[in-house]
Amino acid sequence: MKKTFKLIDLDCANCAAKMETAIKKIDGVVDATVSFMTQKMTVEADDARFDAIMKQVVKACKKVEPDCEIVL
Amino acid sequence: MTRKQKKMLYRILAASVLFVVSLLLPVTGPARLAVFLIPYLVIGWDVLWKAVRNIKNGQVFDENFLMCVATIGALIIGEFPEAVAVMLFYQVGELFQNVAVSRSRQSISALMDIRPDYANMERDGQLVQVDPEAVAVGETIVIKAGERVPLDGTVLEGASALDTAALTGESLPRDVAPGDEVISGCVNLSGLLHVKVSKPFGQSTVARILDLVENSSEKKAQAEHFITKFARYYTPIVVFAALALAVIPSALTGQWGVWVPRALNFLVVSCPCALVISIPLSFFGGIGGASRQGILVKGSNYLEALAQAGIVVFDKTGTLTQGKFSVTAVHPEEGMAGSELLKLAALAEQFSTHPISRSIVDAWGGTLQQDRVTGVEEIAGHGVRAVIDGRQILAGNWKLMDRENIPITSNHDHLGTIIHVAVEGRYAGHLVIADQPKETSAQAVAGLKAAGVRQTVMLTGDAERTAQAVADGLKLDKYYAQLLPADKVERVEELLAEKSPKEKLVFVGDGINDAPVLSRADIGVAMGALGSDAAIEAADIVLMDDDLLKLTAAVRIARKTLSIVRQNVVFALGVKLLVLILSAAGLANMWAAVFADVGVSVLAILNASRMLNVK
Repeated sequence: MKKTFKLIDLDCANCAAKMETAIKKIDGVVDATVSFMTQKMTVEADDARFDAIMKQVVKACKKVEPDCEIVL
Repeated sequence: MTRKQKKMLYRILAASVLFVVSLLLPVTGPARLAVFLIPYLVIGWDVLWKAVRNIKNGQVFDENFLMCVATIGALIIGEFPEAVAVMLFYQVGELFQNVAVSRSRQSISALMDIRPDYANMERDGQLVQVDPEAVAVGETIVIKAGERVPLDGTVLEGASALDTAALTGESLPRDVAPGDEVISGCVNLSGLLHVKVSKPFGQSTVARILDLVENSSEKKAQAEHFITKFARYYTPIVVFAALALAVIPSALTGQWGVWVPRALNFLVVSCPCALVISIPLSFFGGIGGASRQGILVKGSNYLEALAQAGIVVFDKTGTLTQGKFSVTAVHPEEGMAGSELLKLAALAEQFSTHPISRSIVDAWGGTLQQDRVTGVEEIAGHGVRAVIDGRQILAGNWKLMDRENIPITSNHDHLGTIIHVAVEGRYAGHLVIADQPKETSAQAVAGLKAAGVRQTVMLTGDAERTAQAVADGLKLDKYYAQLLPADKVERVEELLAEKSPKEKLVFVGDGINDAPVLSRADIGVAMGALGSDAAIEAADIVLMDDDLLKLTAAVRIARKTLSIVRQNVVFALGVKLLVLILSAAGLANMWAAVFADVGVSVLAILNASRMLNVK
C-alpha cells in the first residue's frame, strides 16, 4: 500500500533528506520519499502492518526534526 | 510571510540593534562578553536548544550543533562580535531560504490552481452549488459564463467558447456546441452550458492532472540523489577535518590561538544547505514552468533525462502529420474547372462517412444539396456512382475507372490517395488527398536540432514513398516505413542499442496504439493528451495539445533546469572549497566563512528561482 501524508513545518531541506533515509531503513517499508518542496511524504509499506509501520515512521521523523508534524 | 517568519524577522531586527549597541559600548573583559551574550542569546537561543535536543536524539552532525560549536568556540577565544554575527547571518539566511521557498511553492500551486470548487446543479428548479465529488455520472450540471468546468461531460444545451489555457497553455478559445465533449479545468467564457457528466470527479481530467503534478516530486532526479548522498558524507568529513586542523598543528607548534579559529571556520562552512535546497527547487521550478505551458512532466528524473535527449523518434500519423486527410491538389482535365470538379466529387461523396469522402466535402466547403443527387451507389473498394442534375458521375480509385472502361487520360505521379472523377463516361480529372504535416512540425524539428538533438527519426506504417516525402519535407535524419505496430518497438530497440550511453532516446506519439513504444523509450512523450486517459497513463511527459513546438519548449526548459543545477553545484562547492583552503591557510576569517555558508545559499536559491519564470 502506498500512502501520501502532508507535513507541517518541515523547515529544512537537509532534514527532509535525513527523514527519508531514516524511514527507508524501517523494516517493512518498501519505499519512501519526503519532498521538501511539496511538503509531502509518500510511504509504501506492507499492507498488513501499515499502521504499526506508520507509528515507527512518525517516531523516526520526530527524532530527526521534532518540530515537523505529520498529518495522519 | 507567515506568522512564524514575521516573528523571526522581528527577532533578527531586535538582535541587530542590540548587536550594534554592544559594538558601541566601551566595555572590556568579562563585562564585554556579558554585553555580547545578550544579542547572541536573543538570536541564537533556539539554535542552541535544537542542538541540545538533537544530540539527545542521536543527530550529531546537525547544522544547529555545528553552528553552536562554531559560535561558542568564537566566544571562548574572545571573538565576540564574530560569534554574534555568525549566528545573526545564519538566521537571516534561514529566514530568507524559508521565504524564498514558500514563495516559489505558492507561485507553483497558483499555476496549478485548476481545481474546481463547486458544480452547479438544478434541484427543484433552483441552481445549487454542490461539491464536484458529490456529482454522479449521468447527472446534469450547469456551467455559467466565467466559471470553471468542474467535471468532464457532454454538452446537452447551449454553446460557448472554452478557455483551455490553464490545461494546454493555448490561448485560442475552443468552441463547443451540443454533442461536444467538455473537459474539466477549462473556463467557460461566454454562454450558459448544460452538461451531462461522463466521469466521476476522481477520474476527471482535472483530478488526474492535479494528481500527476502533485506526485511529480516523488520521482527524484540523479542530481538530487547525488546531493543527498554527498551531504551525508560532506558534513562529517569537514567536521573531522576541523578537528584535525584544531589539534594536530596546534600540538606540533603550540600555537593553539592560530589554529583553533581556523578550525572554527570549517564548522561554519560544513552545512550543505545551499545545495540541498537549491537543486530540488530548480527541478520544482522547471516542472512548474513546464506545466504552465501545458507540458506535464511526471518527475524530476524525466526532466533530467530530457535534457540529455540525443535521439528523438516520432510516430508519423497524428504526431508529425495532422492525422486526418485533406485535399492537397485538384487536377481537372481540359474544359473542366477545378472548383466544378471538386463540387461534383463532394456532391457524389456527401453520403459517405469514409474519412476520404469527408475530406472532399470539407475541401469544397459549399452547402450540400441532397435533392440534386439521385441514385447514389457505393461500390465497396472502388468508389461511388451518382446522378447529379441528370448527369452520371463516377468518383473513386483507378479500379473504378478500370471497371467502367474509362481511360485515365492524365495521371501525374502523386503522393497520397487519388480520387478520379468521370462525367457521363468521360474522364474529368482527379483529386489528390493526403495526410499533411502539421504547420509547426518543421519548425519543431529544426528547434530540436538547434537545442542539440543529434538525430530525428520517423516511424510509420505508410508506404515508402509517402514516408520519404514527409521525412524530406520536415528535414528528418532518418525514417522507417511500412512498419507494423510490433516493428516499431523493434526499431526503437535497435536505436537504443546504437546510441551512446550518455544520450537519451525520446519517443513521441499520440498515445493511441503506441503504449509499448512509449514505455520502451527512455522518455515517452504523448501528445494531444487532453481527454485521453491512456496517453496520460503511458507517457512520462504529456503534452496537453497537438503542437509539436511544445516538445521543443520542454527540451529547452529541461536543458535550462540542468544548467542551473550545474551552476549551483559548481558555484556552491567551489566557494566552500575555496573558503576551506583559505581558512586552513589563515587567509579567510569567519566573515568569509559566513558568506560561504549563508551567502552561497541565498545566491543559489535566487539562481534556482529563475526557473519559475522560464519561457
